[in-house]
Amino acid sequence: MATHEIILAGFGGQGILFAGKLLAYCGMVSDKELSWLPSYGPEMRGGTCNCHVILSDEPVSSPLITKPTILFAMNQPSLEKFEGKVAPGGFIIYDSSLIASGVTRTDVTGVALPATQLAHEMNESKLANMILMGSLIKHTGIIDIETVKKALTKVVPAKKPELYDVNLNCILKGMEN
Amino acid sequence: MEEKVLMKGNEALARAAIEAGCRFFFGYPITPQTEVAAYMAKQMPKIGGTFLQAESEVAAINMVYGAAGAGARVLTSSSSPGVSLKSEGISYIAGSDLPCVICNIVRGGPGLGGIQPAQSDYFQATKGGGHGDYHMIVLAPCSVQEMVNLVKEAFDLADYYRMPVMIMGDGMLGQMMEPVSFGSYKSSKELAEKTWATTGTKLERKRNIINSLYITPEELEKLVVERYKKYDTIIESEARSEEYMCEDADIIIAAYGTIARVSKTAIKRARDKGLKVGLIRPITLWPFDKKPFEKYSEKVKSFLTVEMSMGQMIEDVKLAVSGKAPVEFYGRTGGMIPTPEEILEKLENMMGGER
Amino acid sequence: MATFKRPHSLTDITLHYCPGCNHGIVHRLVAETIDELGIEGTTVGVAPVGCAVFAYNYFECDMQEAAHGRAPAVATGIKRVNPDNVVFTYQGDGDLAAIGTAETVHAAARGENITVIFINNAIYGMTGGQMAPTTLPGQVTQTSPYGRDVQTQGYPLKICEMLSTLDGVALAERCAVNNIKNITETKKAIKKAFQNQIDKKGFSIIEVLSTCPTNWGLSPVEALKWLEENMIPYYPLGVYKDKDGDK
Repeated sequence: MATHEIILAGFGGQGILFAGKLLAYCGMVSDKELSWLPSYGPEMRGGTCNCHVILSDEPVSSPLITKPTILFAMNQPSLEKFEGKVAPGGFIIYDSSLIASGVTRTDVTGVALPATQLAHEMNESKLANMILMGSLIKHTGIIDIETVKKALTKVVPAKKPELYDVNLNCILKGMEN
Repeated sequence: MEEKVLMKGNEALARAAIEAGCRFFFGYPITPQTEVAAYMAKQMPKIGGTFLQAESEVAAINMVYGAAGAGARVLTSSSSPGVSLKSEGISYIAGSDLPCVICNIVRGGPGLGGIQPAQSDYFQATKGGGHGDYHMIVLAPCSVQEMVNLVKEAFDLADYYRMPVMIMGDGMLGQMMEPVSFGSYKSSKELAEKTWATTGTKLERKRNIINSLYITPEELEKLVVERYKKYDTIIESEARSEEYMCEDADIIIAAYGTIARVSKTAIKRARDKGLKVGLIRPITLWPFDKKPFEKYSEKVKSFLTVEMSMGQMIEDVKLAVSGKAPVEFYGRTGGMIPTPEEILEKLENMMGGER
Repeated sequence: MATFKRPHSLTDITLHYCPGCNHGIVHRLVAETIDELGIEGTTVGVAPVGCAVFAYNYFECDMQEAAHGRAPAVATGIKRVNPDNVVFTYQGDGDLAAIGTAETVHAAARGENITVIFINNAIYGMTGGQMAPTTLPGQVTQTSPYGRDVQTQGYPLKICEMLSTLDGVALAERCAVNNIKNITETKKAIKKAFQNQIDKKGFSIIEVLSTCPTNWGLSPVEALKWLEENMIPYYPLGVYKDKDGDK
């Protein structure tokens, strides 16, 4: 594994930190070096929210990402804010249900997925994040589904084990797209 | 090897304190360290410990004073404005030779300032904060793992030297999650029984008095001078820092805490471009480890201090370098974080003259 | 034959208080109580900032000196560490009712199982006679030289009345030590406040109206008279809260 520097961004309430945590736990269960750095403060209450996740074979120096190799964007302001910062050759995945414009850069790979619409169709309106995550995994190959399954057992609250299947189904749905 | 867990810096701090035998936490909510209190509120009742949400930071630090005086291992944690409020109590704790651990998860100031990470409380932590001639040992971890190790050590240092020890982190370190293991710390110090504590005489010993009031100046001076002899021992034996790629460096960055890690990224990129840059990362802010600066001050072209402040630690760096090399500064403040790119640009400008 | 002796819980150090000051009487009552309850070996006292700042020298038990106003917070720390210790604070009106009001109210609200001895002499003694939170309307002090003007300087705090509204308070009683009868009452109240703590009943406060002849500018005898004629009418003696209900 090379070093993956991933910025996840969207509105508070879209499960950005949760998606980041899933990636961090993927690092944990596969013995990678990693860091997970959230934005915090009042902006978490419905404003914009982001999270920096680094997965690497080497100890993580700066936990703060300035040149992400992967951008996971769930709203328009996030794409606008971070698109220009993505490293050349990097990867951007975004929720095209909520983002009207697309990726304008030509030196990065852009993938659009109507994650929110798909989530509504599945009656899981809060899990667009997992659908987008499934697609991210499929397109980048940074982690395999078995690792994701192991990590998911760690991030789903122990008191709500039924959420494991719900989340996994959404990830698998995202992997079809 | 013990299994690692993924934890926020703030929660790891709290768990490490409990593992160090701390059973008393007094605090007041403030962003960005509230997870410490939340963790303690949840865990302390399960292990027969005390979590108490005080009516103010002022009350909390005085509860710490009482509990420390009664012989307990005790923790309080806060963030910058709250630590200002605690400063009165910290002075009393230092003046009464009481051991305790205080955490400051620093945010931007002055005043209410902001809630994003900063290092602008360096002066407050290392040069005073409260009134009077006193010091605290100040430890500055740069990762969640080091946070755990230093919190455990902080309780030993506090008990060994009978003085307050501060853990100084920033909002980034408090909020970020990293894999961490809890088993690695072993105490190297032999700790004496706290025969001075106010636990009740049981009519078996003379009464103990915890106090910082000495109305006769001769008496007060003598006590303060004694305390400074202890500080000299600490300067001699506890000052600590990490060196990174210093051996062949033309420029050595001085940075502590999370910003030292950002600097490492800048150093790697600088080295990729052929610039020989190294890092000295102070781990103890007080006592400040002068030795590596003395060692390299005649070998390097210059030093660069990088801080999340307008430049506070730079004064200690300059004292250590003692005029033998130029010391430049790069910093952001108010909750802004210097990026590797910005640091690299500064390094390139510094080297620019001869390239 | 009974002999009048120094209570064992008072040290053999000469008190520094002014002639006619009531602190000495209250110190003695506290020490007698500690002796009679047999708790000298488990008691930890907390001294204030104010005239009683050296109280740690006078009580023959473990003592902590608190920062100004913080005694209830310090006592909270001590008590939480060793719940079997008997912990008391000894505070004046500036310490308890001005700078330390928050600590007082919140220790009371928590029902912190401690005993608070509160000396109300309506003036700042140690700093030389400035207006206290309990200075009476019209009372002349160094910082109310024309008499306390309630229009600009507000009204006195009635601590027992205030604290009696809190559920955490087991006992709030106001006493005085201006005559033998009242001294006897005060002793009973102080003893009850300590016994409450032993019985784990929660926060007990005994407010003792006291004289300050030096800063009131009166002789000790005149001061007692002034207390009777001015302070007691404004601060009526009695039990304001007693959880037991045996009022």
